Order: sequence, then structure tokens, then C-alpha cells
Amino acid sequence: MPIHQVAKITKAEKENELVTTFTFDIGLEGALPGQFLMVWLPGNDEKPYGIAGISPLKISVAARGPFSKKFASLKVGRRVWLRGPYGKGFKLSGKHILLVGGGYGFAPLRFLADEAMKRGIFATAICGARSKGLLMADAKCETILATDDGSAGIKGNVIDAMKSISGQGKFDTIYTCGPERMMAAVAYEAKKAKADCQLLLERYMKCGIGICGHCCMGEKLVCSDGPVFGFEILENPEFCKTFLNKAGKREPL
Amino acid sequence: MLGTCLGKLKLENPLILASGIRGNTAALLIRAAKEGAGAATSKSCSLTPRTGHANPTMAGTEGVFINAIGLSNPGVQEEILEIRRAVKEAKIPIIASIYAKEVEEFAEVARLISEAKPHMLEVDISCPNVHREGAMFSSYKEDAAKVCAAVAEATKIPFSAKLSPDVPNIGQIAHVCVTSGAGCITAINTAGGMYIDARARKAVLSNWFGGISGPAIKPIALKAVHSIRKAVGEEVPIIGTGGVSNGIDAAEMLMAGATAVGIGTAIAARKEDAPFEAIASELKAFMKEEGYTKISQLKLEE
Repeated sequence: MPIHQVAKITKAEKENELVTTFTFDIGLEGALPGQFLMVWLPGNDEKPYGIAGISPLKISVAARGPFSKKFASLKVGRRVWLRGPYGKGFKLSGKHILLVGGGYGFAPLRFLADEAMKRGIFATAICGARSKGLLMADAKCETILATDDGSAGIKGNVIDAMKSISGQGKFDTIYTCGPERMMAAVAYEAKKAKADCQLLLERYMKCGIGICGHCCMGEKLVCSDGPVFGFEILENPEFCKTFLNKAGKREPL
Repeated sequence: MLGTCLGKLKLENPLILASGIRGNTAALLIRAAKEGAGAATSKSCSLTPRTGHANPTMAGTEGVFINAIGLSNPGVQEEILEIRRAVKEAKIPIIASIYAKEVEEFAEVARLISEAKPHMLEVDISCPNVHREGAMFSSYKEDAAKVCAAVAEATKIPFSAKLSPDVPNIGQIAHVCVTSGAGCITAINTAGGMYIDARARKAVLSNWFGGISGPAIKPIALKAVHSIRKAVGEEVPIIGTGGVSNGIDAAEMLMAGATAVGIGTAIAARKEDAPFEAIASELKAFMKEEGYTKISQLKLEE
């Protein structure tokens, strides 16, 4: 059995200035929103990517570093090598849920919105970015946009957007993915509103399967204990503070 | 019932977190203690930081894992802080693993890490994935002996020499390590191997070669440990490592001649919150069923 599964790109859509969302010729039934895949481009590197959809498989790629720039530039017909899905995904719970995404962190939340709607859970989404050119496309549910510069949607951040809809009833669970400090602020808002909260985290990974320890935050491993965590992660000594670099040295986040 | 000793070092149970397995920070070594490990080994550290190999660095299918992480570590100065905290807070013996490219460097790293007062050192003379050709200090008796003698001179802390199975004479190599100052032997390191992806027409690991771990290597480890036991006599402790995934595997490793049992890849495969505790309770159940009351009774019939 090969370790990696091969997937061919059938569609490459440029979502904004930074992000390309790929559709592949395979399905990944059973994979959960919040789980991740290790994506290998043979001859290059292998990195973790969140799942943006499963039938067919979709992955959103933000062109930031050398690997993701290479990945984002792939054309229809090219193949990538995948292993996974790994990690613990989001757990859907409650009748009315809120999804709060910052930047390309909105991609796995769109997948979560699809799953919620399939199960008859009412979802509302907030999609934030610095400016219009960095906004991700809407989820299938109602999506409120927020940009720091006001170039689209509400002028302000995702917390301002949360406050703008606070009169619209109570959310049972708030799901968030984006920069860690943003997620911390979302979690504190959730706490105030007595809602549950699930946060999707990211760290530098090597093995992806709970062995090498490179993605650790305190005693937790992002790859296998997460990448989805609850309120308890707010107490983690490395949350919003530090990460381990390629050598395993702690650096400011 | 499960107590064992590595020389003067007492362990409440024989299960030891193997080096390179979620052991790169104090917090993770403390976690191993909470999960029921009898001792925990840190990830090997070197004199200066190493970023390791590019990904893919690890991959596996059920039972057969391969890795070439490339000894990534933040360097001994950072590691001293982690080990010091682990020794203070983990409540189990901490074994600090060290790696170097030169004999003198092994002595230097051993001397420095000893400042953190780990309970034991493990000298990794058998990492199979640093050089393409797989040249290791533990490949040859003379090289293994030189490293052990240099480390013995550099520190008063007892140390274990970690050996590779990729030699025809692991017993003889263990013997010279012991006569050169190693108080313990850890065997085995991963077995050299390679994965190829036919569709990619590439080696899977960026380093091409790596080390095989997981259930697949248990028979290799049992043979190695048995050979070492024959070669070093009854007194020298052996940390038998390789492919142990459950209590029966641990019993087999002890019967092969191990004094304690390293657990590596299996802690990711076992889904319990406390994998060491789970394996320990399986070992205990086996011993009760078979009428053993002490670890030292687990021996093969002649």
C-alpha cells in the first residue's frame, strides 16, 4: 500500500489576492471539518492543509511561503500526494451555531457550514479579512463580511461583527479559525455569551501523526490532540505566545 | 510487581518513552510521566541546533513506519533548560539522549547536558538517517568504543549506548560499549529502510533513507536484545526497544533479555489517553495469568 494517495486537480479557482481553492478528482468521505491532510509535492516539501470540502475534495491554499506559492501555482491536471485525514475535527453540537473565520481560516469553516446544514443545524458565518482583496468567498449559510479597512462588509474586525449580531439570539457553539489572537478574542466573547467554543489551531508539523512532537503546545500536540481544541487551550502556556521552529526551538508566535 | 532497575536507577514500571518520540520539551516528558511511563527519554540533542531534513520526514502504514527527521533539535544549551525542568517536575527518571558527529563532540555534549542532572544519558551512536550511506558509530566496535570511552570520561552520570540492528555482530558491539564505560545498552534504534512512491517516481522521505519502526521491527529487536544479553552477561541492564505495542510484546521483550522496555511508535497508534498505563496494565494482567510476581522472572526457558 502506498503511503500517499494521489489526487489530480480538476479545478483551480483564485478566491482572492492570496488564496487559490483547488478541487480534486477524489472524494474523502468520512473526513471531518477541522481535520487536516499532509500534502506532498514530490521533489518539494510536505505540509499540513485543512480540508475545505470532501465530495469532491477541496483544499484552499494561501500563497505565503515557498511551498504554498508552488502549491497555489499548480494548474488543472497536475497531481498532489496526500496522507490523512489526521487529527480531531470539529464536533457539531447545538441548534444554532456561529462560524468566525479570519483570512483563509474561513475555508474549513465553510466545509463545517455545509455539514451543519446537512444535519439541519442553523449556521451563521462571519468572514473577516484586512481588506476586500483578502476576503474568502461566502459560506452556503448567511455570511457576514468584515474588513479592517471597510472595503467590504462591516468596517471592523470579526469581534465587531459578532457584536453587531449579538441581538439576534443566542448561539450554542461558536467555531473559529484564523490568527491565534483573533481566535482568543472570539473565545472570550463566546465565554461572555455562555456559548461553547471550538478553535482550530495551526503549528509547524513534521510527522502529523503524534510522534515527532514538533507541533507541541505545552503538553498538547496540535496534530493528534487537536487541531481542534475547546476553551481549555486558552490556559495553554504557549497559546498566542510561542511555537517550535524546525529545530524545535521555541519562538514568539 | 512491575518495578525494575537500570543499575542503581529504580523504575516503577519497565516502560520507557523512547527517544525521538514526543520528547522534545520538558512538558512532553512530563506528559509521558502522567501517561504512566516508568521513565522518559528526551529527543537527542546535539552541540548546535539542527533543523533536520525537509518533509516528508515520517510516514507509515499500519505496522510499518519510516522516518528521517534528521535529528532536529534546538541544541544542547536549550535542551539543558528542558531537561532541568523535566527532572524537577516529571517525578520519573529522565534519560537525556545526546547525538554528535564527532567523538570529541559527544564528550562535550555529554559534559554540558550533565549540568541539567538527568538520571541517565543515552548516547545515540546509531542514528541511521543522518548520512545517506548510513555510517554510524555503532557500525564498528572501534568507533562505538571510542565514543563510550569519551563520554565515560566526560560525565559521572551513567549512560546507555543506543545501538543499531543493522550490523552482523550487535552482541560484540554491545560488549565493547560496556567495557568502554556504558552502564546500559539500548537496542534497537530503527532499522534502515526506504520507501518509494511509484507514481511519484521518488523516494518518499526527502532524505531517501530512513529508519523503520513499528510492529514490523519487533522480531529484529527481540533477536538483537537476546544476542546482547548473551554477550554482556546477566548484570548489564538493557532497554529493549522496537515494535512493542502492547503488554504481551513487552513480556516478549523482557523474556528476550531486556531489563526495561522502550515504547516509541506505539504511543501514537494506541488511542488511550494514557498509553503507558494501558500497556503496563496489560503486562500486569499477563503476569498474573501466568503466575509471575516480578519482572525479573520473565525469562525464556532454556
